[in-house]
Amino acid sequence: MTDLGPLIPRNRAIHPVPYDPDYKTSVPRSPGLPLLSMESTPSEETGPRFGHSLLGALDNNLILNFTQGAAPAIGERILMHGRVLDENARPVPHTLVEIWQANAGGRYRHIKDNYLAPLDPNFGGCGRTITDENGYYEFLTIRPGAYPWPNRANDWRPMHVHISVFGHSFGQRLITQMYFEGDPLINRCPIAATIKDRSQLDRLVAPLDMSKSRPLDFLAYKFDIVLRGRRQTMFENKLDGM
Amino acid sequence: MTQLLNTLTETPSQTAGPYVHIGCIPTFAGVTGIYPQDLGLSPIQDGAKGEQITITGSVIDGTGWTLRDAMLESWQPDAAGKFPGHPNADPAVTGFARFAADKDSGEFTLRTVKPGAVPARNGAPQAPHISLWIVARGINIGLQTRIYFQDEDNSQDPLLARIEQRPRVDTLIAKKTGPGQYRFDIRLQGDNETVFLDI
Repeated sequence: MTDLGPLIPRNRAIHPVPYDPDYKTSVPRSPGLPLLSMESTPSEETGPRFGHSLLGALDNNLILNFTQGAAPAIGERILMHGRVLDENARPVPHTLVEIWQANAGGRYRHIKDNYLAPLDPNFGGCGRTITDENGYYEFLTIRPGAYPWPNRANDWRPMHVHISVFGHSFGQRLITQMYFEGDPLINRCPIAATIKDRSQLDRLVAPLDMSKSRPLDFLAYKFDIVLRGRRQTMFENKLDGM
Repeated sequence: MTQLLNTLTETPSQTAGPYVHIGCIPTFAGVTGIYPQDLGLSPIQDGAKGEQITITGSVIDGTGWTLRDAMLESWQPDAAGKFPGHPNADPAVTGFARFAADKDSGEFTLRTVKPGAVPARNGAPQAPHISLWIVARGINIGLQTRIYFQDEDNSQDPLLARIEQRPRVDTLIAKKTGPGQYRFDIRLQGDNETVFLDI
């Protein structure tokens, strides 16, 4: 195999700060000492690969997958779509993308969520897919509602979908959240505000995409994801065993 | 002014939140019937070569409290140091596991085979280790670390050698508690804080 080079070091300045008193749980859960930085090794440059055989027919359709097609979830029907790319702007094909979210009322199907908004009997809240050869993915879902959470006395999360992406290297592993264009709660959210560079937070806000909306069926939101790239170079030794 | 770079910037991370289990291990979260089973239940299949080991531990916050809502992922090569996809890799080793802290005790358990050594990019020998990634509510970007083993020779490992404060090396070494049994606690902050990585 060709040596694709080491992973490009993470630019931590674009990521959230680990310690942020406004997001209270981060206070006891953030390391106090600096991270140990090192060039990547095969342990970070390799990673698990998942095949299409993993997927069921409705895995990326959250409107139908909880009832296996018997009844649709209630809420605003949306297509969430985009591409997974790396820092070199190359598509990341055949990689697993997983999402999870609350229902239209902001309630999660989780034993620890006791918000008074009801569960939707036809909505589970998780989905997954594998990007195609161009790095493209899509999910059909309902737009999640905002919900309150115990942080400061009156904090509400903006509408959001959690997203987990693998890439091809364990060192590319990323979990993030997609927000929705125009949501006024984004500017009040202490979790969103852990990202200190506003232009970077804006990259988590999905625009309404009428070009992908299907008339009389669903609206669409576009969300592209960028993973770490590899610093390909001609001047290094081949990665042993690759 | 300069020319513009035609490179992209990585998507910013956000915390996985308290309900990460719904998306990543839905059966564990009580959401059944969508997927046949959770992903990454075991990094090995029957017949995997090598020493079978069990690693148990907890993720502990800066007050000494054990997290009940953490999710961990591990990645490792087979007993000969080959990752899946390498020529001659053990087909019974998928290398990847996903496991949660128990919602009552906070303990996690990883049953696997002890990994073989994998050299670094420059060919320097690395001691056997398992890569670990930890996400949870309150953790804004997933924490990378490694599990090394008390009963291996860790003296030449290039990553461990870079830890300036030598007592901190110990935070990356799983303690042997019995035949094939190891303990690996992760301290997010404070006394004996685990070394977290940027690689």
